[in-house]
Amino acid sequence: MSDKIRKIEGITKESTQAMIDEALSVYPEKARKKRAPHLAPNDAASGCASVKSNKKTVPGVMSARGCAYAGAKGVVWGPIRDMVHVSHGPVGCGWYSWGTRRNMMSGITGVTNFAMQFTSDFQEKDIVYGGDKKLKTLLEEAHDLFPLAKGISVLSECPVGLIGDDINSVAKQSAKDLDIPIIPCNCEGFRGVSQSLGHHISNDTIRDYIIGTREFAEPESPYDIALIGEYNIGGDAWSTKPLLEECGLNVKAVWTGDGELEKIAATHKVKLNVIHCYRSMNYMCKVMEEKFGIPWIELNFFGPTKIKQSLRALAELFDDTIKEKVEAVIAKYDPIMQAIIEEYKPRLDGKKVMLLVGGLRPRHTIGAYEDLGMDCVGSGYEFAHTDDYDRTAPEMPDATVVYDDPSEYEFEKFADALKPDLVGSGIKEKYVFQKMGIPFRQMHSWDYSGPYHGYKGFEVFARDIDMAINSPTWNLVKAPF
Amino acid sequence: MSNLLNLEVKKIVETPPEEIERVKNWINTEEYKEKNFARQALVINPAHACQPLGAQLAAHGFEGTLPFVHGSQGCASYYRSTLNRHFREPAPAVSDAMTEDGAVFGGQNNLHEGMENAYAIYKPKMIAVFTSCMPEVIGDDLTAFIKNAKQKKCVPTELPTPYANTPSFNGTHIHGYDSMLVSILQTLTEGKQVEGRCTGKLNLIPGCDFNTGDYREYKRLLKEMGVPVTVLADISDTFDSPCDGSYHIYAGGTKLEDAADSINGKATITLGPYATPKTFGWIKDNYSGKHVSMPLPMGIAKTDAFLMKVAELFGKEIPASIKNERGRAVDAVTDSHQYMHGKKFAVYGDPDYLMGYVSFLLEMGAIPHHILCSRGTKKVEKDLQALLDGSMYGNGCKIHMNKDLWHMRSLLVTDPVDAVIGDSHGKFAARDAKVPLFRFGFPIMDRVNKHRYPLVGYQGVVNMVTEICNKFIEMKDETCEDQQFELMR
Repeated sequence: MSDKIRKIEGITKESTQAMIDEALSVYPEKARKKRAPHLAPNDAASGCASVKSNKKTVPGVMSARGCAYAGAKGVVWGPIRDMVHVSHGPVGCGWYSWGTRRNMMSGITGVTNFAMQFTSDFQEKDIVYGGDKKLKTLLEEAHDLFPLAKGISVLSECPVGLIGDDINSVAKQSAKDLDIPIIPCNCEGFRGVSQSLGHHISNDTIRDYIIGTREFAEPESPYDIALIGEYNIGGDAWSTKPLLEECGLNVKAVWTGDGELEKIAATHKVKLNVIHCYRSMNYMCKVMEEKFGIPWIELNFFGPTKIKQSLRALAELFDDTIKEKVEAVIAKYDPIMQAIIEEYKPRLDGKKVMLLVGGLRPRHTIGAYEDLGMDCVGSGYEFAHTDDYDRTAPEMPDATVVYDDPSEYEFEKFADALKPDLVGSGIKEKYVFQKMGIPFRQMHSWDYSGPYHGYKGFEVFARDIDMAINSPTWNLVKAPF
Repeated sequence: MSNLLNLEVKKIVETPPEEIERVKNWINTEEYKEKNFARQALVINPAHACQPLGAQLAAHGFEGTLPFVHGSQGCASYYRSTLNRHFREPAPAVSDAMTEDGAVFGGQNNLHEGMENAYAIYKPKMIAVFTSCMPEVIGDDLTAFIKNAKQKKCVPTELPTPYANTPSFNGTHIHGYDSMLVSILQTLTEGKQVEGRCTGKLNLIPGCDFNTGDYREYKRLLKEMGVPVTVLADISDTFDSPCDGSYHIYAGGTKLEDAADSINGKATITLGPYATPKTFGWIKDNYSGKHVSMPLPMGIAKTDAFLMKVAELFGKEIPASIKNERGRAVDAVTDSHQYMHGKKFAVYGDPDYLMGYVSFLLEMGAIPHHILCSRGTKKVEKDLQALLDGSMYGNGCKIHMNKDLWHMRSLLVTDPVDAVIGDSHGKFAARDAKVPLFRFGFPIMDRVNKHRYPLVGYQGVVNMVTEICNKFIEMKDETCEDQQFELMR
């Protein structure tokens, strides 16, 4: 949390509310009433959410949201590298989510990692007669062709739930027959209101089928931790994991970036869970706390200010050995980070950024922009809940606009009014803003760059933000004639 | 037992390195290939998407048209982001965000609310509705829903609202393209046929083609021929719009009045026989003028055939400028044939593209050794075989129908080729086989500007030959011994 309430010149609660009202004026009354509570000026002092969230998307407004399947396949299950993840149903969902999240994996594809697209490719006859038999056969085929896969997840697409297939009993029987974990995940896209329920359902299946089924081979140590909600986008985990190890901690499992099924299954043996993406994995942290007494801490690895605060908060939970190592790490990286800031801040100072992303970035990256001298003038999430917005309020300057599941129209209108120097959002938004001549970075995929986490990531982040905002190509947008 | 289902607790076991090595080698064997080809249920790395994606592409090809997904919102996000990644352009589309209650009560309320909102906010001239899985499984009645929407005044009665059933558990994106296109044409041309009227224009249907350069190339060639044309559906400006500091949600597309008048055209040609059979069938029964279905003009011979057909239909001579253009393209291929002659290729993709790649390769004296079609009919197979039979370079080439890119990987490692042609998804198999992938087709998500370079027409031949031959030359430069490293190639 930031210590003092920041203000942006020219932005007041009144000006922000007027901007919101103006954007909604074109909506039919019913839609306007539904959308209005999801858009509000930030109330930094309250430290509480100023908007409603986690409600059904309003039909026809052009939301950026995905579905429960996307949350299960793309976010939670997909990154586990040593499992076969079957997109169970028609061909599309698996195809669209194949290789498009950038959760990087080590290992050999098709041998020890399975960064591929597995699907039951439902046809009309599977809808009519059901797909359970097909599922049984394909599980055998997958096990046969990929003998080193440690397990299989079965991720249901819409039709599976609608036609009443029983993937749970097929998975149970096949797990017994093939002697590997097979996890049925009822994450049909029509469930819930966004990706978020897919995260929750996936966490629940990890709770039911995975956790507590393995034990680490090596002896326990007081420094054993797990890194939760780190998906290794653009290699993020390959920055954060070594950083935590440099601090003297043993990172026994990463959930789920470059993840390994058996290590995830043994996580109930660690001493602390460190969570980065709270939205997608707080459920399992709470389960492990209740069931195994494992405490958890929510940290932020974006930008040197937040990294330093996070490492010190983490050290507080351990003995002096760790505290000393953490201070040594901070002392080592501080001058390196200072040099980066000195290089880029002069070119970025006072620039304004607007964000619309997923789980944690609309709040967690604000500090990194501020390290570079930038101000966040608007932020929002596709699929957050009230507890996310509570955590966001103190991070944002007062009275700046908060938007929950905004339509493309709203987002565009806000950008028109606020004239940001950078928009950080997703691929669907990217080219809209670039046509408008506004620099843009994809903040889901790090725009094919990364890592952005940890000290190693800040250098890349700073370079990318400078490159986006200060590229001379933006000067060419207006023709001289 | 510490776990919920009382599953057995085991110690973590690391896979021994020699076992990893064994499997790594095993997946490249003939034995593995047989096992792989014996798959009955599991599809791995398919080279096709689902129907609604193609429907959305067709919708984007018309002026002021908002694609509208009746179904779960996640579907719309998937189609949009796929198109964004390929074109590096916006792909605005809405969904009516059906959820669990839709499964119980049907999706009519969502559709009505969605149409009303979309019309008010995005002010389209046409809303093109298509479905994803959920309404298809529960059996929503689109005809009634849309009729009711107009009765309830969710949208004006006169707003064109074509709609198509595009279930993802049937066919691929090309079938969705066809269903949406025919519905749009049926809607727009209704009551527009005028006895005795002829627009004097050619209606050109490029098919489910994701290359904006192709559309521009058709228009350029036809202008050169002096043949006025209506392209159905024209995505070239939609997905290749200028960056000038302003965003226009409907950046391009065939003018609705031109599309409406296309029923009075002088002639209609479809260049996507496999992607537009429904559309073409309906046009044959309903449109004035002549109707021709012919293959995508990839390669010299197929371009010749296309231009000669246009000339015949419109009583025109092919102008000297195009003859010269042809000559320059032939000059390019004769100058560079030695770098492609006898080279073996594996190709995969949609049937119309495949026919194009194969004719082009055979023309160059290259060998389309493995031809893999992710979803296709017996007719596609027969037509491909006929192409192979027409050339000595087709001898021994194999067609693999309804196979995926994991099958292709087995083919590449057991029966190697020199290069692969297909979309970005083939990069993994090509890398494992240590051969280059030439990115033609859709989607291309890992190279820039490829969709701006036509593959059709004579210019398309120059583009393909240049890319392919220069890559082979570059590989030689990069890998040869010092003593073989020469100035000239």
